[in-house]
This record gives sequence, C-alpha cells and structure tokens, in this order.
Amino acid sequence: MMAAFRTPRGLATVAILLVLAVLPLLTQAFDQRYLLSIGTRIVIWAIAAVSLNMILGYGGLVSFGHAVFFGIGGYAVGILDAHGVSSGWIQWPVGVAMAALWAALVGALSLRTRGVYFIMITLAFAQLLYYVGVGLEAYGADDGLNISRSRFAGLIDMRDKASFYWLCFVLLCGTLWFCSRFANARFGFVIRGAKSNDLRMTALGFPVFRYRLAAFTISGAFGGLAGILLANEGAYISPAMMSWVKSGDLIVIVVLGGMGTLFGPLYGTIAFFVLEESLPPVLNLVQKGWGEYWQIVFGPMLVLIALYARGGIDSLFGRRHG
Amino acid sequence: MDYLLLQVLNGVQLGLLMFLLAAGLTLTFGIMDLVNLAHGSLYMMGAYIAWTLIGWTDSFVLGAILTLPATFLLGIVVEAVVMRRLYARDHLDQVLATFGLILFFNELVRVIWGPAGKSISVPQFLSHTVDILPGVPYPAYRFAIIAVGAVVAVLLAWLVARTRVGMLIRAGASNRRMIAALGVNIELLFSLVFGLGAVFAALAGLMAAPLTSVKIGMGDDILILAFVIIVIGGIGSIKGAFVAAMVVGQIDIVGRAFLPDFLKTFMSNAAASSAAPAISQVLVYVVMAGVLIWRPTGLFGQRT
Repeated sequence: MMAAFRTPRGLATVAILLVLAVLPLLTQAFDQRYLLSIGTRIVIWAIAAVSLNMILGYGGLVSFGHAVFFGIGGYAVGILDAHGVSSGWIQWPVGVAMAALWAALVGALSLRTRGVYFIMITLAFAQLLYYVGVGLEAYGADDGLNISRSRFAGLIDMRDKASFYWLCFVLLCGTLWFCSRFANARFGFVIRGAKSNDLRMTALGFPVFRYRLAAFTISGAFGGLAGILLANEGAYISPAMMSWVKSGDLIVIVVLGGMGTLFGPLYGTIAFFVLEESLPPVLNLVQKGWGEYWQIVFGPMLVLIALYARGGIDSLFGRRHG
Repeated sequence: MDYLLLQVLNGVQLGLLMFLLAAGLTLTFGIMDLVNLAHGSLYMMGAYIAWTLIGWTDSFVLGAILTLPATFLLGIVVEAVVMRRLYARDHLDQVLATFGLILFFNELVRVIWGPAGKSISVPQFLSHTVDILPGVPYPAYRFAIIAVGAVVAVLLAWLVARTRVGMLIRAGASNRRMIAALGVNIELLFSLVFGLGAVFAALAGLMAAPLTSVKIGMGDDILILAFVIIVIGGIGSIKGAFVAAMVVGQIDIVGRAFLPDFLKTFMSNAAASSAAPAISQVLVYVVMAGVLIWRPTGLFGQRT
C-alpha cells in the first residue's frame, strides 16, 4: 500500500487530495471565496465522473445520458422542498433511490442494445426526462426553480460554504473508496472482462446482462447523489442540469482524466474546470476580447485528445502495471 | 377537419425537413460507421451561410442555390481534416471528437456572425397562401418546403437505388472492406457521401430558417431528434429514415396541435399549453424506446 504512494502517480494523487482536503482554509487565507465555489463544483462533478467511469471506463458502455442523474437528484430535492419537505434525511435517500430506479429501468431496456444504439438510447432517455423537466410548469419549467437547501437539523449547516464543501469532499472520498472496492472485486472484474469480450464472459457462465444492469444502477445512484449536491450548491434546479451537453461534458471529463482508472475522473474534472476558468484569461492576454471565444480553442483540443491522447491525464504518469 | 388537415401537412413538412437531416446522418453511420454529432453544426452552418449569400445576391433562390456547393465544400474539408481520422476509431472517440467540433462551430459562428440571431424572410413570391381545399388556405412557403423535400427524397431514392454511385454506397453500407478490396476508391466515396450529407443538412437548415430563426446551437437539439429518427428507422437505411421522419413529424406536430385541448380538460390553460410541447417530445422518445424493445436494430436495420 505504502509503496504505491512512492510512485509519481501516487504522490500526485496524495498531493491533490491533500489540497482538496484543506481547500476552504486556503481560499480563506488568500481571501478567494470564488475559488471555493469552483472547488465545490469540481468535487461534485468528480463524484458524477467517478460514477460514470464505473460503466464507461470499466464497463466500456458509452452512456450518453449521465447528466440525467444530476436532474433526478436535483429535482428530488427541489420538488420535495416545494412541498414543504426540507429535511435532508428524507430528500437525499429519495433522490438516490429515484436515480437508482431510473437507472435500473433505462438499463434494463438499453443494455439489450449494442454500440451506437446504446449511445443513442441512453441519450434519448435523458432527453425524455429533460423535456419532462421543461414541461413541469409547477416547478419552473424552462426557467428552473429557486429552492432552499436541505436541512440536517443541528448536524450540518448547508448554507455554510466551507462545511458544505467538506461534506461534498467526504462524499467524494466515499465514492472513490467504493469505486476502488468495486473495481477490484469479483463484480468489477466481471464488468471489466465483459468490456473486452462479453461473449467469452457469457460462455464462462456469467450472466453479463445482470452484472451490467447492477453496475448501471449503482452508477446512476451515485450520479443522483451528485445531483442532490449540485442542487444544494446553487440552491437552484433547472432542466439545464440534465441537458445533453452536460452528459457530453461528463464523457469528456472521464476520457480526459483516463478511462478505467480510479483517480482519472478526478484529474479530468480538475483539468476540465481549470481549462474552463483559465482559457478565457489566457486568450485575453494574447488578444484582448478573445477570451469570450475560448471554446473555439477548447473544441479542437477535444478533437486532438480523442485522436492522440486516449490514455488521458493518468497515462502521463507512465503505464500502469498489471 | 380542416384544422386536422393543416396540422397533418405541417407534420409532413417537418418530417421532410427531418428526413433531409437524417439522410446524411444515416449514410455516414451506415457506410463509414461514424457517429457524427457535428451533423447539426452543418445544419446551422447551412442556415448562416445562406443568410450571408442571400444578403449578397439579394435573392432567396440564388442565395439558397449558392449555399449548396459552399456547404459541400465545407463538408469535404471537415471530412478531410477530422472525420477521415475517426473512421477506424471506436464510437467513444467519435463522440468526443465531434462533440469538440460542435463547440468549435458554435463558437466560430459567434466570431463570424456575432451572438445575436439572424432571420431570413420568406421570399416574396412565396409569401402568399394557397387554398388546398376551397376556403382552406395554407402558406405557399410551407408548400414549397414539402415540394422541395419530396423532390430531394425521390432524387436520393433514385441515386441510391438506380445509379452506380448508389450501388457503391449500398455495397459500402453492407461491407466496407469488401468493396475496398474490389478496387473501389473508398476514400473518394467517403468524401462524396459526407459532402452530400452536408448539403442535405444545409438545405434543411436554410429551408427551416424562415420558419424559425437562425441562431447559435440551432442544430444541437434538432440533431438529437435526427438521431432518434435514424435509430427508429434502422441505422444505414434511407427508407427507414424516411418512414421514421414522417412518423416523428406527425407525432410532434399533432401532439403540439391537439394535446393542449385535451390537457385543458383536466389542467389549467397555462399548464396545458406549457406541458403539451414537452409531452409531444416525450412521446417521440417513448416511440423510440418501444421500437427498440420490439426490434433492437430499428424498423429497417440489418439484423445481426
């Protein structure tokens, strides 16, 4: 275990986790409140990215609708809040359960299909809920809804930025811990085996469909958790949380960080947000006013990553053993 | 009854526009095995280029006709610079790279044409209405869309079913390697098909422009609908794309037209008129899910 931390990969990971662990203290010391809110969003998105990585990275299933779980978690909090149920003890389990339920339903239908059809059907189901959100006049429709944050009476004040951040960080660590157990358990090995050859896994006697469905459901549940946190972060929900562009962003993050690696999604999320925040100022330095058009640089970067950098950031630390 | 007829015609018109968009998509899917998310960007570029050319030539028809070769060129360039490198990659790489292209094109449009939307007005000679039945007027421009769409659909069917290029396209869709081995210049064929798809997408974009508006990201949502259509129809099948586009067009329009009245029987007026378009969108996806459960490779897809 300790030996793993002596590699450059291990050292970088420990450094990143340490910085994240004390981020509220740092931002307070340097009086950069804005950075804490970016940090909170990074941690929340990282939870979603880790959960997507379970099926996309380890399972090889290109799910193009993962942002829908942001929406399910968020709307569970928002709708319950609108009806006067503000206790997190009720909101959060409901949000996670609804996300898991939707994942099970979508998985049961979409995992029958392969390849492009799988990509498209997961996308279509996400769009379906997106339009349901747009049609919900009572909950703000297109404009979204301001909500009050979940209450955990006496335990934690969600309005306090630092304690909310730490809560998100602890949940991220829990998600990473779960993912590492998942990846190294028999269950995870079946999923990974099915990625390289599902016929062979079936021939070995594993019910691949059921394993994948279970993984898809778990992944959805963690995605729902991220949605709950996202709604609490902004005290706001809207259908835009689950727009397909967000699903695309999540895929970008996972690939950028390194698919099928434990910390890849975390690296990817950090890199994605750092690029998003730093490209505009950098471009403004080159030529004033260009910063507004940062995506004209970011888009081709994605193309180049897809073409030449499949291993993602994780592969910068050298090849993995085993 | 008259109202129903008008809505069905609107559905046909939307269906034909969607077919133009879906045709290029299903061809690139079927032949090059390429997931092209940036197809919607070609639709958007078509509309913007048409806006510029119509402004220059001061004529809708001339501008529209000039747009077609311009977007053909654009398609060829995009194919040569990016797409060609993606054919041999897996779908995830293709999704990622073409997602990047969407960001690029949306931003490119903002740089060139500015953030505000543009509008293309209906050409003078089509701004009147025609009576489809005595006393039932219908806008001539929508009629023109139906006519152009139908002509293009027939042309495409002829091209694919009756010509040598069409034969190669069909052969490419069923076995790419085999026709390359038989000495067909497959790179040229791929460029041609991609360029053709770009032209169809641009045609759909420029014809839709006077009905909606020309804005950044206009291709993104409609692209998803085009994907739904080719998945329902079966990837690679032109016939399937046509049938599915017609079905989706009818669901969307008829849903929008008749659901509000139905919903108002048990909802408030405001809620009903907000929920109806959403429900008709939802219906489209429900139909897709149903088709895929029944036939996992779409209505006319190849069984594997």
